[in-house]
Amino acid sequence: MTSYEGVHGQTWTGRLRHRVVAELPPEKLLPDRQPAYVSSWIYVFGVLTLAALLVVLGSGAVLAVKGPSWWHGSSVGHFFNSLHLWSVELFMAFMVIHLWGKFFMAAWRGRRAMTWITGAICFLGSIGTAFTGYLVQQNLDSQWISTQAKDGLNSVGIGSVFNVLDFGQMLMWHIVLLPTVVGIVIAVHLLQVRRRGVVPPFDADPTVGANTSEVSS
Amino acid sequence: MHLSDLRPIAAPINLDHPGRYLHWGVIQISVANVVVIAIMLVLFVVAILLPFPKDRDR
Repeated sequence: MTSYEGVHGQTWTGRLRHRVVAELPPEKLLPDRQPAYVSSWIYVFGVLTLAALLVVLGSGAVLAVKGPSWWHGSSVGHFFNSLHLWSVELFMAFMVIHLWGKFFMAAWRGRRAMTWITGAICFLGSIGTAFTGYLVQQNLDSQWISTQAKDGLNSVGIGSVFNVLDFGQMLMWHIVLLPTVVGIVIAVHLLQVRRRGVVPPFDADPTVGANTSEVSS
Repeated sequence: MHLSDLRPIAAPINLDHPGRYLHWGVIQISVANVVVIAIMLVLFVVAILLPFPKDRDR
């Protein structure tokens, strides 16, 4: 044992490195092969969701830099405004189809509960992010949605801390707080997918047959 | 570039009017949302049934 290997247990960085590498060795983190059952279109919707998210983040960054007078008042601004809207539409649609596929595969099998839970949190967080996005359009639509939403939110007692009529607060939720949380949870979700692998179909999962025989015997 | 320059690639369906809504008891949903949900269901079924292209090198 070299002195380099000997100190890893005494420092937090060494212990963390060992734990991370043990959980996610490089061949798991960046695999170059996948099981045969992944050759199905239903397995494509996860990465389609991610691709749409990249367009959402890119177009959103441009909108944040240029501002409402640009996205409402110029042709290129209209284009990026529409690009942001339609990429979100695709993001939510792909994510829901991904969710349907994983639900009917019971994708929490094989110690994948955290993968499922982080995916569900991403879904809920994305709804909140989309909602605050509607509130910060700076048009009649956002005024209508916010004045309708305030009554519902006040009725459950959160209107004082989450004021949908406060444009500045909603903008910060939309472009800072929620994207940060959703981004972190998506990163954890992806690492969980790498850690446990993509869920196999029922007929390709060896543990399903084993469990069935245990139950029936 | 003016908006009129983009007219040839504008939406094939005129969306410049108030949305149409369907009513079914307490349920009220816009036609646009019904269309989106229908497309998603079709995509889901197609994704399950359509064969995935095989990699010839393997």
